[in-house]
Amino acid sequence: MTLLSIDDYRLAFDGFEGTAHVLDGITLDVARGETLGIVGETGCGKSVLARSLLRLNPAPPARVVSGAIRFEGEDILAMPEAALRRLRGRRIAMVFQDPAAFLNPLLNIGTQMADVLQGQDSAGGARRRPAREVRARAAALLASVGLPEPERLLDARPHQLSGGMRQRVLIAMALAGEPSLLVADEPTTALDVTVQAQILALIAVLVAERGLTLMLISHDLGVIAASCARVAVMYAGTVVEDAPTATLLGTPRHPYTKGLLAALPDLDNPAHRPRGIPGSIPSLRQPPPGCRFHPRCPIATARCSVEKPLLREVGDAAPSEAALCDEINPMPRDLGRLASRDGKTAALHVGEEETASPRDLDSAALGGLETALPPQAPPPSHRVACHYA
Amino acid sequence: MIRYLVRRAALAVVMLFGLICLTFVIANVAPSDAAALAAGPDAGRAQIEQARRDYGLDRPLHEQFVRYVTDLGRGDFGRSVATGRPVGQDLAKYFFATLELCLVAMTLGILLGIPLGVLSAVFQDRWVDHGTRIIAVSGIALPPFWFGLLLQLGIASSLGWLPTSGRLSVFTEPAAPITGLLLVDSLLRGNGALFAEALSYLILPAIVLSLPCLASILRVNRSEMVEALRADHITAARAHGVSRLRIVAVHALKNAMLPTLAIIGLRWGWMMSSTVLVETVFDWPGIGLYAVSSAIAGDFKPVMGVTLIVGLNFMLANLVVDLLYGALDPRIREA
Repeated sequence: MTLLSIDDYRLAFDGFEGTAHVLDGITLDVARGETLGIVGETGCGKSVLARSLLRLNPAPPARVVSGAIRFEGEDILAMPEAALRRLRGRRIAMVFQDPAAFLNPLLNIGTQMADVLQGQDSAGGARRRPAREVRARAAALLASVGLPEPERLLDARPHQLSGGMRQRVLIAMALAGEPSLLVADEPTTALDVTVQAQILALIAVLVAERGLTLMLISHDLGVIAASCARVAVMYAGTVVEDAPTATLLGTPRHPYTKGLLAALPDLDNPAHRPRGIPGSIPSLRQPPPGCRFHPRCPIATARCSVEKPLLREVGDAAPSEAALCDEINPMPRDLGRLASRDGKTAALHVGEEETASPRDLDSAALGGLETALPPQAPPPSHRVACHYA
Repeated sequence: MIRYLVRRAALAVVMLFGLICLTFVIANVAPSDAAALAAGPDAGRAQIEQARRDYGLDRPLHEQFVRYVTDLGRGDFGRSVATGRPVGQDLAKYFFATLELCLVAMTLGILLGIPLGVLSAVFQDRWVDHGTRIIAVSGIALPPFWFGLLLQLGIASSLGWLPTSGRLSVFTEPAAPITGLLLVDSLLRGNGALFAEALSYLILPAIVLSLPCLASILRVNRSEMVEALRADHITAARAHGVSRLRIVAVHALKNAMLPTLAIIGLRWGWMMSSTVLVETVFDWPGIGLYAVSSAIAGDFKPVMGVTLIVGLNFMLANLVVDLLYGALDPRIREA
């Protein structure tokens, strides 16, 4: 069943130097219980898209040009303020990139959590809960994300916590309203590698335990491969390819996806030289006409600079112009291994708990990963926005 | 925190000593003969020399300095050569008049400046913002003596709503001071009529004095709020469903208050030292008027006393701001 449906969504940012067409016709459906990864370079519009789901992009300068974002059938873009407040945190919740910046440095954790809980209560028209009840609920939330001594933590300020702990606090806040969709915007980018693995494992456990739908945004294919059953690849404000993770990593169709994979180093084969994609990302103020990737595309034709390719279902059929694309292929093998999603690969990183670990989080995480990933049969859809792929 | 306080206090002592040296030197290089002033306009040479000996002005400069500093240490600011009265006594009388004026003006500046700053930031580039920008620009640009005269002319003289000048009517006998602040004293004694009268004399000068201060608090608070509202943690709070009021009034304002506090502290120090124009226009019996009339007469002991008080006030204001900084931001407290 479709939980979230983004339909030809276009968003522009108006500025002194002109209008930047940041999102250009995003069309994407997310089913309930699905784990969708969104991958792309910096500036391709991933975060803007994520923030659009909660209407967090400041408007102005942001301006919706066209399209709809439906969540459980309701158009988020048309929601009145009151409905929007019931949406935020209670139906869709968000985890952010840099936990140091996304927590208020001057307020202690308890106050920030209480504000979240009480804000959601008042948005939902609920009676104001007594302070002690709110505090107990906040402590329980902190405990549920594996934070030790939650009671003491409530009186701490963000600067007294480690990066991993801060991210756990933010995740606890995101869970406060028991949302059905969790949007994680680069949740591990600002963290150490070992902590990254813990946070990913924690997210996987929470997704499995609570039956959350996950939208994970990252520029790191490895992170996506370890946590998501389906991936959408974005380039310059458009979705260029959308497929089950294993399919996308194994048989990428879009020239940009192939280029991305070819740019990765291959750990098993040091002789493989990672190859970059020639050129650089286009200006969003004057995007190339037609396909936005065509100036850098090895298989572009005259048609690509005129006609914008729409996402179309390609199924498992072999690409017609396969010969043209092989040149920029072959994908590194270790990613293929990650993509096998047997749980063990991803689990390699787990179990190196840096912070004190209560309640056997390690084993829960291991179990969680195994249960989180395989049972969700992603829709066998493979869509590509390319005339020739 | 305590070590920090002790260090700050030690620094304040050093600065105070520097200030004493400076005022002493300036008072002594000024082209005025204190002995002649003390002896009076009709005094002969012998009488002037007598006055010079009486006031110790014939002693070498370093000896006079040491005596001045030891007297200060005992709380003795010396005697005015023009009136012969102890400067300490005069200061005690005039200081509280100025303090009362400044307290009311600063309260006005804070109570109006911060909410208007917040509103301007929340409704950035809308009519509220443009309106407060006009207030702020005129607050900085209007010369206080001109604005004061306009108010006297319009509100006091033409409309007759408020008295023109002074601190109380000449017919009112102020009761013996408790705190020296008329508003507080009249309340403590339960004298409503006196309170109303003191307030009616205070309003106009307080408005004039508060305007530039209101303007800078407003502008600083506005720009800091704009900045604070753009912070990532505000985005996160919105995403988590924290209420709008709570976000603006607590999450953002608390962050915006640090620089605003700094400007309030500076403005307070500045206000106490720049009441002269307002006190002159409104004939307010404060230290500004006292210092200027003494300086014109060439009588420097009162000027030195006022300078010291103003300097001390500046240091205290900075210390209080630092303490509030620590109270507001735990990272500073622990550093």
